[in-house]
Amino acid sequence: MSKIILTAHNLNKSFGAVTAASEINVDVAEGSCIGLIGTNGAGKTTFVNMITGYLKPDTGVITFNGVDITSLPPRKITQLGICRSFQIPQLYNTMTALENLEVSFGIIALQESKGALTTSSKAIIPSYGKTIRELALESIEKYGLLQYKDQATKILPGGVRKVLDIAMAMSTRPKILFLDEPTSGVSAEEKFDMMDMIMQVIRDAGTTVLFVEHDMEVVMRYSQRVLAFYEGKIIADDHPDIALKDDRVLKYIVGHSQAQHVLAEKSDA
Amino acid sequence: MKLDKSLVVMLGLLVAIFAASPWIPQWILFIITLAGANGLVVLGLMLFMRLGLVSFGQALFFCAGAYTTGMLSLLLKVSDIILLMVASGIIAGLLAYLLGFLLAKYRAIFFGLLSLAFSMILYGVLVKSETLGSTDGFTVSGLTILGLVPDPTQMKIVLFGITIIVVMASLLFVNMVLKSPRGLLLTAIRDNEIRAEYMGASAKSTIHLIYVIAGVLSGFGGAIAAMVSGHIDPNMTFWTTSGEFVFIAILGGIGSVSAPFIGALIFGVIQTIAYGYSPNTWQMTIGICLIAVILVLPDGLWSLMAKMRKNSRV
Repeated sequence: MSKIILTAHNLNKSFGAVTAASEINVDVAEGSCIGLIGTNGAGKTTFVNMITGYLKPDTGVITFNGVDITSLPPRKITQLGICRSFQIPQLYNTMTALENLEVSFGIIALQESKGALTTSSKAIIPSYGKTIRELALESIEKYGLLQYKDQATKILPGGVRKVLDIAMAMSTRPKILFLDEPTSGVSAEEKFDMMDMIMQVIRDAGTTVLFVEHDMEVVMRYSQRVLAFYEGKIIADDHPDIALKDDRVLKYIVGHSQAQHVLAEKSDA
Repeated sequence: MKLDKSLVVMLGLLVAIFAASPWIPQWILFIITLAGANGLVVLGLMLFMRLGLVSFGQALFFCAGAYTTGMLSLLLKVSDIILLMVASGIIAGLLAYLLGFLLAKYRAIFFGLLSLAFSMILYGVLVKSETLGSTDGFTVSGLTILGLVPDPTQMKIVLFGITIIVVMASLLFVNMVLKSPRGLLLTAIRDNEIRAEYMGASAKSTIHLIYVIAGVLSGFGGAIAAMVSGHIDPNMTFWTTSGEFVFIAILGGIGSVSAPFIGALIFGVIQTIAYGYSPNTWQMTIGICLIAVILVLPDGLWSLMAKMRKNSRV
């Protein structure tokens, strides 16, 4: 049994009369890959936002490796080892793809320089053993973005922006990575190639992944466990083969025909 | 540390001007020295602009530096230029450090107007201070350098030299900051603060740090202005003075650390000529120039030089 690294205990969050999260209890095992499913407004992103510090739960406790992170701001949570990508890629739009990654590694360099006013771009980041530029170039290559490295991110295609967004999150070497709809806006032909590549890099790094996804084929293919959200509650928490046959999941989220199609495709594969 | 060709040229120019200073007419020396003082304040504003912020109250630290020099000279009889400069930078920096705790929480127009509010509070305090000359201010005189008492002509050259040294050191320091990961982070915060926070950076502490750096630079600028003009008054923290700094920042652009000084020099020249020809309507000339720059060169005069360099390469 893998070690539990993240625990969300009895999380509740409301926005006025709307309940966005209700009695959420989740334990996340190290190295696992978990799909978060649910219709729009079901509470998936609220859950991610609470874990990553964007929203503070009204009640409940979140612990990461035994540390209470419930009230920590996003930057502290990132520094502890939880990072995220975004449904709409959050990039630095006036910079090139390479510069976006240089900023990411530069932030780590500044953190490791222990409060120094500044540090040289050519200095080696102690924990990485490489310079900012070397790490950024290595990352660009690893994620297949070499041809886009000098292009301004605002003109990059949607799929490339998604990959860059994830590459930036991975630059922090997170222990847990949240991906918010990684395949949205990516063409059907490209989505599996992109996910194969990303998941391979994530597996190689030993990172635990939780990903929000509407595409059940993607959920079936990559997740080992599914958390199904409905009206702020988790209505199913199980292996995808079982979760996608759950009556409430079929009724409220997936639909019988889609579930049959996805499960049949998996058994064919 | 990598130096841009333009910065090397700028530093070379400063050295050359200083070498030629004994032969430069006094009134030109005065304009260049004041441009150096203003340029230091605008260099700090340039850092804010890299962060996507505009301070409409940077005159607060300019005035704090000037009054530190004036008060040390008047009340404590401190006369050494170097001591006065250092003290002015420290006091303005300390003030910025304290106010930075509040200012760093605000963005956009709130940051701009809050900074303006603080500068106007200082204006109100100074206007009501009879011992500091109220609206008339007071003169700064009897300056020395390392125990020496130069005659007035020599003093102007000494002050010019000190200004050149401070400007060069500031150019190199700010260039070092901008070429480092901290510099890239400023643009990142401007582009997408939330993402920068999610990558582990603190936008608030970065803004606070820049606020202090800009405060120290402005304090140096104020000290120079006080010593060169020999007079200080509350107008140094009036909102129109802050407006002039923003004008210079727009005029020069934020493309290079040299741009604020070029902007400040051109502003000084325009102001002098406009005042000479039309003492009552010189502000109108400044206004027309600002409109022309925004319409023709929205990225400032520096963008013109960048374009020329690009064309020459092609």
